[in-house]
Amino acid sequence: MKKELLSLTLGAMLTVGAAGTAAAKVEGDTIILGSSISLTGKYATNGLHTQRGYDYAVDVINAAGGVKVGGKSYKLAVKYYDDESTPARGAQLAERLIQQDGVDYMLGPYSSGMVKAIAPVSEKFGVPMVEAEGASRSLFTQGYKYLFAVLSTSEQYLATAIDMAAASTSDPKSIRVAMAFEGDPFSMDVRAGVVDKINEYGMKTIIDDQLPADLSDMSTTLTKVKALKPDILIVSGHSKGAATAARQIDEMKVNVPMIAMTHCEAAKVQEKFPNASTGFLCPTQWVETLSKSDPMFGSAAEWNAGFKKAYPSYTSVPYQSAQASAAVYVWKEAFEAANSFDKDTVRDAIAAVEMETFYGDIKFSENGNNIAKPMFMRQIGADSSYSLVEKFGDMTFPRNVNY
Amino acid sequence: MLDNLQLLFVWAPVINIQIILEGIFVGAVFALSAYGLALVWGVMNIKNLAQGDFVIMGGYMALALTSADVHLALTMAIVIVSMFIYGWIVYVVMIRRIIDQDMFVSLLATFGLSLLMQQVMNLIFGPEVQTIDMELPVYEAFDGMVTIPSSKIISLIMAAVIAIVVILFMKKSRTGQAIRATAQDARAARVLGIDTDRVYAFTFAFNAALCGAAGVLVSIIWVIQPFYGITYSVRTFAIVTAAGLGNLPGVITAGFGIGLFEKYTGMIMGTAYEVAAPVSILLLVLIWRQISMRRNRQVVK
Repeated sequence: MKKELLSLTLGAMLTVGAAGTAAAKVEGDTIILGSSISLTGKYATNGLHTQRGYDYAVDVINAAGGVKVGGKSYKLAVKYYDDESTPARGAQLAERLIQQDGVDYMLGPYSSGMVKAIAPVSEKFGVPMVEAEGASRSLFTQGYKYLFAVLSTSEQYLATAIDMAAASTSDPKSIRVAMAFEGDPFSMDVRAGVVDKINEYGMKTIIDDQLPADLSDMSTTLTKVKALKPDILIVSGHSKGAATAARQIDEMKVNVPMIAMTHCEAAKVQEKFPNASTGFLCPTQWVETLSKSDPMFGSAAEWNAGFKKAYPSYTSVPYQSAQASAAVYVWKEAFEAANSFDKDTVRDAIAAVEMETFYGDIKFSENGNNIAKPMFMRQIGADSSYSLVEKFGDMTFPRNVNY
Repeated sequence: MLDNLQLLFVWAPVINIQIILEGIFVGAVFALSAYGLALVWGVMNIKNLAQGDFVIMGGYMALALTSADVHLALTMAIVIVSMFIYGWIVYVVMIRRIIDQDMFVSLLATFGLSLLMQQVMNLIFGPEVQTIDMELPVYEAFDGMVTIPSSKIISLIMAAVIAIVVILFMKKSRTGQAIRATAQDARAARVLGIDTDRVYAFTFAFNAALCGAAGVLVSIIWVIQPFYGITYSVRTFAIVTAAGLGNLPGVITAGFGIGLFEKYTGMIMGTAYEVAAPVSILLLVLIWRQISMRRNRQVVK
């Protein structure tokens, strides 16, 4: 049975190699991209944001004439399966997409964990995957050749905050940093990026606490913060970390000149703690006020407006949708640059992509992560709004809250 | 670590006051749910692993009620009553059937209940961390170094009131006496005309109500999440093991002790070790008991 499968696969691969455009991945004048995406289960909300981002980009690209390969126009289409937010199911479905449905071009699933499960499969079959939702640094240290990500990796989430702290003074060495990070892989990635920056500037870490997974109280860390008065406080522990930190910063009247944390939006700190959250710096992958644009989607604001028109239920568009659209755009560029449907030629074309998009610049490192786009920082204002902070001069400093 | 010790005792000794206060607030909440566990364990010999989930359930009830603009005192009353009813139902449906079984059955059954409750809360309220923000004033002392939120003072008072009511109830009321009699000797109690099944049901429901009350306090002063129950279960087990069963003053002292120990560990070793602190106490108590009871142990040949 195994042998049969192997020979079948080999046969299929040979056919693909020989015939080029004849296999199932390109049906008539349609290029089929495949994706296993979380439409049910714990990632369902974000999975849907991602799917809509893919669909919107496909519609826009098709309406603009599709993808031109070998002088002919092709339409894009995406074949989806619901992975139920479980990694094992995701890996299964990726195999099904590649082996049964003959898909040769993959769009990523939602979340780092799902990408981690699927990447070995696409790698095994040599199928390129452009993903938009897995930020974990560990995805890009495995030596994967066929995995590409348009988003910034997790170690960049809060590193910009250290840059800004450095810019706040003429002597960055004098900056004293307080850190509180959860011990999970994501937060540890974020921490690694921050620590690198701290060392680069020669800053001093005065508090370096690890937060427990069942985090409901970080008053001891904040007591230390109050006593030692650091110049910047950095917190990362998913939504619960942001919620707990904001609540207790409020209660303990902590006034640090600069506070940066991840997951502000997810924890809705600006709504729940409008006073205490004033001045928080929050990283985001993308903002609709970004001054980047491309010929397909226009500026960031135009993409935003178009997406809202296509999906009127959104009052504010999550960045997950924007980066999903950017991933589809990468496929279009790569097909046209490769001028071929051979998956290895296309893979090399993706690796060579260098473009400006509404989502930011895209250029992949050897490991497949996007090194051209920075992480963006937003600051919460006194009116609970988020405003983009591109350099130190843009931000309100020092943060000063009257509790 | 050395830095932290220096900070505590040399540079800014005033933060000791903050830590002690935090420890007391934490301890008060622990003592409530621990006393419930001590009762259930002592009277019925049920080791309730869903203890923490009862606490979180109370918290979510409070969350739902306060977001519907129900006054806090009324919220507390409603939660206590409905958790009492819930506890009674759980007893009738489940606990009654396992009360005569061995320890592992009660552990397994309550563990299953715990999983079920977590998932149901996750379905209803979602996995996000939530909290009740009452927007009450925060008091300051020592130039802002020590802050005391009124919400914590209120919760401390509520905990004290409930503890006093419980002590009086157990001492003076007929039901309280019946509970104590059943705890001492269930068979003798039955002979003397006490309906022990009713006493068991009441005890379990009473425990659920106490946990619910603790949950209200938790949601006021910290944050809640469907899967946070386990940390409260661990703490209550540590307290009850340290204090012994049916020893209310012991439970309260142990509650405050563990609260303080936890906060000082967090201060000196880092917040990550705060959760580990009660577990290490549990371990030390068990080792100490093992050694001290060695004298009395006999081998049956």
